[in-house]
Amino acid sequence: MQKPVTGPSVRGSMLTDPKIRAWAFQILAVATVVAVGWYLFHNTQSNLAQRGITSGFAFLNNPAGFGILQSLIDYTEGDTYGRVFLVGLLNTLLVSVLGIIIATIIGFVVGVSRLSPNWLISRLAALYIEIFRNIPPLLQIFFWYFAVLRAMPPPRDSHALGEALFLNIRGLYLPAPAAADGFWAFLVALAIAVAGCVAVARWARQRREATGQRFPVLITCLALLVALPVLAALVAGSPFTWSVPTLTGFNFRGGWVVIPELVAITLALSIYTAAFIAEIVRSGIQAVSHGQTEAARSLGLRPGPILRLVIIPQAMRVIIPPLTSQYLNLVKNSSLAAAIGYPDLVALFAGTVLNQTGQAIETIAITMSVYLAISLSISLLMNWYNKRIALVER
Amino acid sequence: MKLLKTTLASAIAVAAFGLSTQASAGTTLDTVTKKGFVQCGVSDGLPGFSYTDARGAYLGIDVDVCRAVAAAVFGDASKVRFTPLTAKERFTALQSGEVDILSRNTTWTSSRDAGMGLSFAGVTYYDGQGFLVNKKLGVKSAKELDGAAVCIQAGTTTELNLSDYFRANGMKYTPITYDKSDESAKALEAGRCDVLTSDQSQLYAQRIKLAVPDDYVVLPEVISKEPLGPVVRRGDDEWFAIVRWALFAQVNAEELGVTSANVEDLAKTSKNPDVRRLLGAEGEYGKDLRVPKDWAVKIIKQVGNYGEMFERNVGQGSELKIARGLNALWSKGGLQYAPPVR
Repeated sequence: MQKPVTGPSVRGSMLTDPKIRAWAFQILAVATVVAVGWYLFHNTQSNLAQRGITSGFAFLNNPAGFGILQSLIDYTEGDTYGRVFLVGLLNTLLVSVLGIIIATIIGFVVGVSRLSPNWLISRLAALYIEIFRNIPPLLQIFFWYFAVLRAMPPPRDSHALGEALFLNIRGLYLPAPAAADGFWAFLVALAIAVAGCVAVARWARQRREATGQRFPVLITCLALLVALPVLAALVAGSPFTWSVPTLTGFNFRGGWVVIPELVAITLALSIYTAAFIAEIVRSGIQAVSHGQTEAARSLGLRPGPILRLVIIPQAMRVIIPPLTSQYLNLVKNSSLAAAIGYPDLVALFAGTVLNQTGQAIETIAITMSVYLAISLSISLLMNWYNKRIALVER
Repeated sequence: MKLLKTTLASAIAVAAFGLSTQASAGTTLDTVTKKGFVQCGVSDGLPGFSYTDARGAYLGIDVDVCRAVAAAVFGDASKVRFTPLTAKERFTALQSGEVDILSRNTTWTSSRDAGMGLSFAGVTYYDGQGFLVNKKLGVKSAKELDGAAVCIQAGTTTELNLSDYFRANGMKYTPITYDKSDESAKALEAGRCDVLTSDQSQLYAQRIKLAVPDDYVVLPEVISKEPLGPVVRRGDDEWFAIVRWALFAQVNAEELGVTSANVEDLAKTSKNPDVRRLLGAEGEYGKDLRVPKDWAVKIIKQVGNYGEMFERNVGQGSELKIARGLNALWSKGGLQYAPPVR
């Protein structure tokens, strides 16, 4: 009877079999990572305990006891550290959102101007880009905060724009609206106007695709958005009562205030990031072959529609991925706000709360995860948009 | 494979780092003796407490506290290196072992003492929080500050006292928070805030740094207790004792009339047993602390007794001209009191 040739040769192949080796190494790698992670965790825990440093997240429920310059939600000194975290997060998001919107607008305008056939416009755009993308953002923040906004007059000599707007070193004071009788009618009218806009835009697009005839959507929309709410206000009464800032004692009271710290950080980051976005937009437009422009021209399209309907939609595919990185940079750079005392997440939570509680590991871990979460959300959103506008082959 | 190699390499690096942090949790005195100097965390520039002169040398009470420790350990007060820290950075720097002593006008509170793994070694300066305002505002009392914009340093007890004070008096304020005391002072000058609040000693120190100091006044109210002193890591009793007794030696020296001028003579000639014990002429009290026998002589010779240190840095010998007040010796109506050496 013949013996099956298994014995030694199989044992030999265990060591040389690439599949088994691959598995073994991967298991080893995972085990190492887990062991190191556990070791670090354990080491930290025992060191913290040994030195008598409080750990854990219970501090989030303790009262904070300090005031905050700017808060988008109700906050008093008696609120908890958890609430301080929310205040800081919202302040960071406020700068990020404002910054992304303004940077995108400036960036697209400058990027398109950079390619303008007009010599002056294209040179001005080039100058803008070269100046602002080559100066560190922190210096730009300092420039706006210390050089520009510190030059404003004290509250008692404010620049007054009419009776309701005041500009001084403490910020821009605006009248604040509060809901009055006509508020709901106003809101409903606004909602109808928006819905109308969407309907008109859709109808105009379908008609254009079917017949080639264009319809002035933008003007119609603006007219709707202005006329309907005004009509509602006339019929149902004023939608708002205005609380006007007045100078009492040291400062203006009442109304809204836009603090100089917010203005400085938003301006600096928008202008800085816009310089990069402009270059991205320019490269995106130049990536669309010139033949497209010529083809559009030979179809009889004018320069505006060529840019809007032919060039930009194709350029967007090149623009979106690097644009996402710029948005992420802007969000992360917003942590520089701490340098001028703007109460963002880093200044407030990773700074003041860390110092008041002494729980460095917890606060830094929370802060880092928040930035990670914000960045990942932006990435996801932009990737989804990128997929949507990607070239569809027909 | 490449991935695996990097993973392993980083794992080893991390493990080594972890081990080294555990090792450094040993005694501070041993590491200090080994490296040959004391690493001292001070403020980022506060006249009278810790600041640099034109040549870049550190001066001030907080600086002298560290120099006294170096004199006790090495017999040489110059064996100190300084790390300027903001209020926000200070505790992490001490906890992580970046500095051996934190001597940075830091207020002793229960949560810092018990919850943050720190130990306060003593009180170098009994302080209280006050307000600095521009004379133009015509404010005479802190009670008139309703609605004011107030500049503060982030992460201090000042921030908390301020909110307590305004809440207790039913007043409103706008906090303008900066990391550095310089930034707060500049903001006050520019008019970003109406009033600057801090420990009174700091207010006097910041006032002389302003362009026109006479335009500003410190209001009479003191709204809190701020005992300031050196801090060490919790759990190293030996190091804690050295820092604490370096300070006590200075206070005892003042009480016994020992000064930098007469300390060396007294060490040889004094008949007073208290002086002899302090200066190492009698007994082995330095040994208990694991420092040389003549530790107190070195401290007082090189740094001076408490009174000399005070007058030189913040008192009549300085620009600040702060009166001793609470910081006088207990025998002269103040709070400075040290247990005896014996």
